[in-house]
Amino acid sequence: MATVTLKPTKVPELMFEGYSITPDAFAGKTAAQIAALPGHEGKIQVTIGDFFEVSGNGGETAADTDIVIAGDCSRVKYIGSKMTAGTVTVNGNADMYVGGWMKGGKIHIKGNMDSFCGIQMQGGELICDGDAKNHVGCAYRGDWRGMKGGTIRIKGSAGNDIGTFMLGGTIIIEKDAFIHVSTHAEGGTVIIKGDVEGRVGGQMVKGDMYVLGKIKFMMPGFQKVDTVEKEVDGVTMKLDHYIGDLGERHGKSKGQVVYANLYLKAAA
Amino acid sequence: MPKLIKGVGCPYCGSSCDDIEVLVSDDETRILEVHNACIIGTNLFHHANDPTRPRLPRQRQPDGSVKEIPYEEAIDYFAKTLLAAKKPLIYGFGSTNCEGMSAVGRIAEKAGAVLDNCATICHGPSFLAMFDNGYPSCTLGEAKNRADVVVFWGCNPMHAHPRHTSRYSIFPRGYFTQKGQMQRTVLCVDPRETDTAKLADHHLMLDQSHDYELFDAFRTVLRGFDIPEVVAGIPREKIKEAAEIMKKAKFCMIFFGMGCTHTDGRNHNIDAAISLTRDLNEHTKCSIMAMRGHYNIAGPGQVWSWQFGFPYCIDLTKGSHAHMNPGETSSIDLAMRDEVDCFVNVGTDAGAHFPIQAVQHLKKHPWITVDPNFCMASEIADLHIPVRIAGVDEPGVVYRMDNVPIQFRAVIKGLPGVPSDEELFDMVYERMCELTNTAPIWLAAKEDRKYPQNPAVI
Repeated sequence: MATVTLKPTKVPELMFEGYSITPDAFAGKTAAQIAALPGHEGKIQVTIGDFFEVSGNGGETAADTDIVIAGDCSRVKYIGSKMTAGTVTVNGNADMYVGGWMKGGKIHIKGNMDSFCGIQMQGGELICDGDAKNHVGCAYRGDWRGMKGGTIRIKGSAGNDIGTFMLGGTIIIEKDAFIHVSTHAEGGTVIIKGDVEGRVGGQMVKGDMYVLGKIKFMMPGFQKVDTVEKEVDGVTMKLDHYIGDLGERHGKSKGQVVYANLYLKAAA
Repeated sequence: MPKLIKGVGCPYCGSSCDDIEVLVSDDETRILEVHNACIIGTNLFHHANDPTRPRLPRQRQPDGSVKEIPYEEAIDYFAKTLLAAKKPLIYGFGSTNCEGMSAVGRIAEKAGAVLDNCATICHGPSFLAMFDNGYPSCTLGEAKNRADVVVFWGCNPMHAHPRHTSRYSIFPRGYFTQKGQMQRTVLCVDPRETDTAKLADHHLMLDQSHDYELFDAFRTVLRGFDIPEVVAGIPREKIKEAAEIMKKAKFCMIFFGMGCTHTDGRNHNIDAAISLTRDLNEHTKCSIMAMRGHYNIAGPGQVWSWQFGFPYCIDLTKGSHAHMNPGETSSIDLAMRDEVDCFVNVGTDAGAHFPIQAVQHLKKHPWITVDPNFCMASEIADLHIPVRIAGVDEPGVVYRMDNVPIQFRAVIKGLPGVPSDEELFDMVYERMCELTNTAPIWLAAKEDRKYPQNPAVI
């Protein structure tokens, strides 16, 4: 395993589009070559070296490459986007598109993330110790194929539009979320351990949602069917089982209509 | 002898009324009377008579005062500022013609700018919903001739589109709606008792920001399932009654406005409305339309979708492709996140419409306003360039709210020496080509071009 360390040296005036900060781009390159990798600040093409001090060479393949960013990346977009293997660790905040379109590997953000993290994600693991803003694991505008696989774990809270058009994979929000969870989803699992303002599972076709806190405004298209005992993120608990969205189209499997499931923690 | 010009288009709201009659002085420099238009449209025409209209660009001086400068100097400053900026933002276009929008596309591409229009603070979320879910719409003519149930959801045409109800939606007698208002059932969904709500047969006064839940309730009822006793503050029976009215309609028309696009959920509200329209088509014929605000705000959506593939929030900084993702490339977000370093305001008033914090961020950098009149954006700008008023002293193509193109005409002669938006942007584009030593490809391809006058740059 080879570790490449990026130390921020300058805060970009606008935003730095660091689409080259991935193990895939760093693999097989020396520190000097990595510093020369391109990025954008507005219409100006810049290099990683303009904003970071690079130390350590990349591994032979992406899987052998670990990237550590030793500092804040609040104005750096696209960290670890489209990566397939290896790891990226950010000891601070990160801006938009963290792990967007990623297929494998692991990203660990120790601070907060901005919007569009894990957009259209297909595999791998994205962990954030802080909060995430909006559009966690959602689909790109107009695409009906959202997150397909992988795991996103946000240890703080998240904004709106979580898992829009989701098809697979798991999103875990350990604190609260605002509105629109799994809107239009046709698969996948979303677990929210805190409270949600509302609009959980609107226009949802298939998939599972778990809310361990309270939902302030329930969607009218969800109906309680029974109470079940299920394991949620390693803990077994009693949950009220709702099906929905009854206002949306639903497919059939073995003659039975398949609804989306919402599991809400039952009152003790 | 004053001349009466008939069939004039009105450059005010999205209804784009094209039945206006304007009486002009015999030398065609003054508007004397305006017939058929609403009070706002009438004033818009009369405004062109204002003798204090700016005739020369005005540049802010280092001491904060404003000085009139010749157009050549303004165009040079405009071109150099755009070229020097890392990420300029060109925003506006609610009130100009499609020719101007097309011309600015050339500048934006050359400058590597972000191109955005008023939809970003208006019906942008409707576009996102259309991307996600389609747009089962029709023309206003169909609404007039067929609709017997009209739903106004989160919009107030009595104030925002004064002649909409009389020309298209409630009062007109159409082919299948010969009894006019008598034959139409009007539903209004609005948290306030607006004048449109007062006019409606049924007013569903929902809790603010709960449109999505109400749409879902309608859809659930239409599929035969039960809903909770109260949804979004509206009793179940009332929702069922309204759903039944829509279902039994011969042709149901849903108009939606800012009440849907800019309350919580934004694009999802429209998305749900489109799904409801689709569901209603299982029972009857139903159509949906965005109540676009300005007379040609549908124009940039059409023109730029053709030029760049996206209707708004178009990031052209890469030079190789257009990138669009509202939330990132939308004007307010760019401003609030300090992501742009030059702002161009065209045919709108960002100074009045943007949140004050966004304006404060934008004011850190050069601010250029292109507008025929004085407005807040012109008064805080570093450079204000006056142009002719599209639809009054400049003709052009506009797109009505139902995306029907209409050729607007000029009723009076423009102020001498004042260019149209298109001419101004072509001159700026030409100057940018001169400064960068490149060929003005797009301009050279224009058959009816008025500029450049300098053949050396071709």
